[in-house]
Amino acid sequence: MRELQDTVKALFDKGEIDLFIGYEKGTRTPRPFFVHKAEDAENLIFDAACSGNLAVYLTRKDLTGGKKTGISASYYALKSIAQLFDENQLKAENLRIFGVSEEGSVQFFDSVAAIKQHLSATPPPAKPDEDELVGKINAMTASERWKFWSDELSKCFKCYACRAACPMCYCTKCIVEVNRPQWIQPWASTLSNMEWQINRVMHLAGRCSDCGSCGTACPLGIPVHLLTHKMSETVKEHFGVSETKENVLSTFKPDDKENFIH
Amino acid sequence: MSNEFEPKVVAFVCNWCTYTGADLTGTSRIKYASNVKIIRFPCTGRIDFMLLLKAFANGSDGVIVSGCHPNDCHYTSGNFHARRRWMLFRNLLDFLGIDIRRIRFAWVSAAEGAKWAEVVNETVAQLKDLGPYTEYQKATEFLVANENELTEEMEANHA
Repeated sequence: MRELQDTVKALFDKGEIDLFIGYEKGTRTPRPFFVHKAEDAENLIFDAACSGNLAVYLTRKDLTGGKKTGISASYYALKSIAQLFDENQLKAENLRIFGVSEEGSVQFFDSVAAIKQHLSATPPPAKPDEDELVGKINAMTASERWKFWSDELSKCFKCYACRAACPMCYCTKCIVEVNRPQWIQPWASTLSNMEWQINRVMHLAGRCSDCGSCGTACPLGIPVHLLTHKMSETVKEHFGVSETKENVLSTFKPDDKENFIH
Repeated sequence: MSNEFEPKVVAFVCNWCTYTGADLTGTSRIKYASNVKIIRFPCTGRIDFMLLLKAFANGSDGVIVSGCHPNDCHYTSGNFHARRRWMLFRNLLDFLGIDIRRIRFAWVSAAEGAKWAEVVNETVAQLKDLGPYTEYQKATEFLVANENELTEEMEANHA
């Protein structure tokens, strides 16, 4: 933690950044913290409880627009940052990216290539809980699965916290905000809640870092992150890990294999 | 009048292959199930997954999605893109418990009039076995369809 605080202080002293995005102590869990001057850096923390994905703030123009920004990024935040670069949403010259580990070590990344190399060399954190739940749902019959999800999604009141927490949901006009045509009814009901989740997950296919922030953000505890987790697995299973900048659904291979179109 | 269940089927087809193929079915005077309503699209790549969901929400019991065979796309790669999308979409629907047996994906070329009749007949036969898709339609009218249940729940909570 000391290391992170000192690094950030030095950056401010040298005038290399105007803003640093990190965590501070919260009431129960750590909360995102925006450092605007060197002395505030003392409040920065990072530990296992800092489970959100801070990359979400990098595309918020009102926050980072025109500012030289630094960020302390977890494994998943780094993954999201690499994806945001691939989608031309970030400018390298305005960014100072620091990978932080739960032990408190700080690693500076000077390029997207360095991030990608780090990500491919580091195994993703295990997700035993998610894997177990997805396994349970997979083992259900289709009608049990339907019952499970329609029960869960009937609770949703469409606060769109899952969208707000997601670094990849940066569209200025989301499908739920356009009304010509109105694809998804704006009021909360089981079907339109389900349609919203289907759209969210399809739009995130192959782009999602699988950080699980959407599920953590849900005030009703609906396990929406299982949908993106499952989708990430499906993408990996069918298309492997992509080496190129192109997104899974905007490219194809003539020999993509499926067994259901005859 | 027969009381047999007649499924409603919506077919989303591409203009260049399957729609022309379905035309050939007609000009060849091949009879096939009349349960299907064909909707013509410029390309399978244009068939948004939301259209399928809307078909189910509006009372369709099954859906057919069909277009040019791989490598035959009028726009070179529309069907390849569509294929990727369906691979992921179908998996997601299955995970949510939506009945993917009700969605038939096919490649039907402009020369395969007989195959189109087969695709429709098979789909309709299968949907007759599966029956109406009330589960999904119930969700579309969640409040109406569950009124009794919800009232009971509310009363129980307030008791």
